[in-house]
Amino acid sequence: MTLPVTGTAALALALVFGFAFGFLLHRGRVADYNTIVRQFLFEDFTVLKIMMTAIVVGGVGVFLMAQFGWVKFHIKPADLLAVSLGAALFGVGMVLYGYCPGTALAAIGGGSLHALVGAGGMLVGGILYALVFDWVKAVILPVGAMGRVQLHTLLGVSPWAIFAVLAAVAVALFVTIERMAAKRA
Amino acid sequence: MTLQATYDGARPAAGAAARIDWTPYAIGVGIGVLSWIVFLVVNNPLGITTALSQVSGAVATPLLGAEAVAKNSYWARNLPALDYGTLFLVGTLFGGLGSALLAGTFRIEQVPEVWAGRFGPSPMKRYAVAFLGGIVAMVGARLANGCTSGNGISGGLQLALSGWVFLAVMFATGTATAFAMFRTAR
Repeated sequence: MTLPVTGTAALALALVFGFAFGFLLHRGRVADYNTIVRQFLFEDFTVLKIMMTAIVVGGVGVFLMAQFGWVKFHIKPADLLAVSLGAALFGVGMVLYGYCPGTALAAIGGGSLHALVGAGGMLVGGILYALVFDWVKAVILPVGAMGRVQLHTLLGVSPWAIFAVLAAVAVALFVTIERMAAKRA
Repeated sequence: MTLQATYDGARPAAGAAARIDWTPYAIGVGIGVLSWIVFLVVNNPLGITTALSQVSGAVATPLLGAEAVAKNSYWARNLPALDYGTLFLVGTLFGGLGSALLAGTFRIEQVPEVWAGRFGPSPMKRYAVAFLGGIVAMVGARLANGCTSGNGISGGLQLALSGWVFLAVMFATGTATAFAMFRTAR
C-alpha cells in the first residue's frame, strides 16, 4: 500500500475516520451542551483536558513523522486580523450554540434536536460568508497577513522545546484541576 | 440555584449511562493518535468547517442556482461534492450515534439542563439561540479559516501561529459570553 491513500479508498476511510472522531467526541462527553458551556464557566474542565492532551500527543507524533519525512504539515495562513475576528465571533457563537461544529455533528447523532437546529444556522452562516467573501478577501484577509508560520520558526527554537513546555503546563494544569475537584468532592 | 444541582456529569439515561465515563485524558490521547493516522494515511489534518461550507454551497444551489454557486469565488475553491471532507462529516455524525447507542445514552434532547436552569424549558427559545449561535460560529470559523478542529486541534498540534491565536481569542470571548449569559442572575 502506498501512502497517502487517495481515490475511492480515501472516501471509505473518510467515513471510518469521521466515525472514530465522532465516537471519541461523544464518549468524551463533549458532544454535550452542558459540558461545553460549563467549561466556559470554569465548572467543568473536560474540554480543556481533551484539547490539551490531543494537541500534545498529536503534535509529538506528527512532528516525529515529519522528521522522518512520512507526513507533510498543513499550516493555515496566519491572517491575524481575520483569525482574531473570526475566533472572537466563534467563541461567542460556540457558547450561544453550545457546540462547536464537530461536537455538534456528534451531538446530532446522539439525539440533540437543538444541535440539529443550530446546524441549520451553520449552513446559513456558510452561505452568508460565501456571499461576502470577495469583500473579506479584499479588506480583511490582507491585514496582518503573516503567512503559514509555525511558533518554533517564529521564536527560533526547537519544536521539542515548545512541546516540553506545553506538556509541563498541561500536567501542572491537570494536577491542579484534579486536586481542586478532589477537594470539592 | 447552582448548575451543580441540575447536572451531575453523566447523562441520567437508564441503564448503561456509566459507560460514558471514559476519562478526558484517554479521549485526548485517542484524538491525538487519530491525528497521526489521518496525517499519515490520507495526508489530511482533522477538520470540519471547510467541508461544512461545501454543504452550505449544496444547500444554496437550489436557492441561488448552480451557476451562481460555481461562480462564487469562495465556493469555487471547494465545490459542493461527496468528497473526503464531506464524508468525514457524515462519519462524525454516525460516530456520535454509534457511541450513544452502544452506551445506551441516546435520547432526544430539546433543552439541555444548564440552559433550562437559566432560561427555562421552552424549546423554541433554545432553538432560536442555537440557530443564531450556529450562524455566528460558522461565520467566525470561516473568517478564521477553521474551527476548534481545524484551527484549534490540528493547527495547535502543528504549532501553527493561526491555531494558537484562534485558541486564545475564542476562549476569551467564549468565557465572556458564558459569564454574561449565566452568571448575571446568581
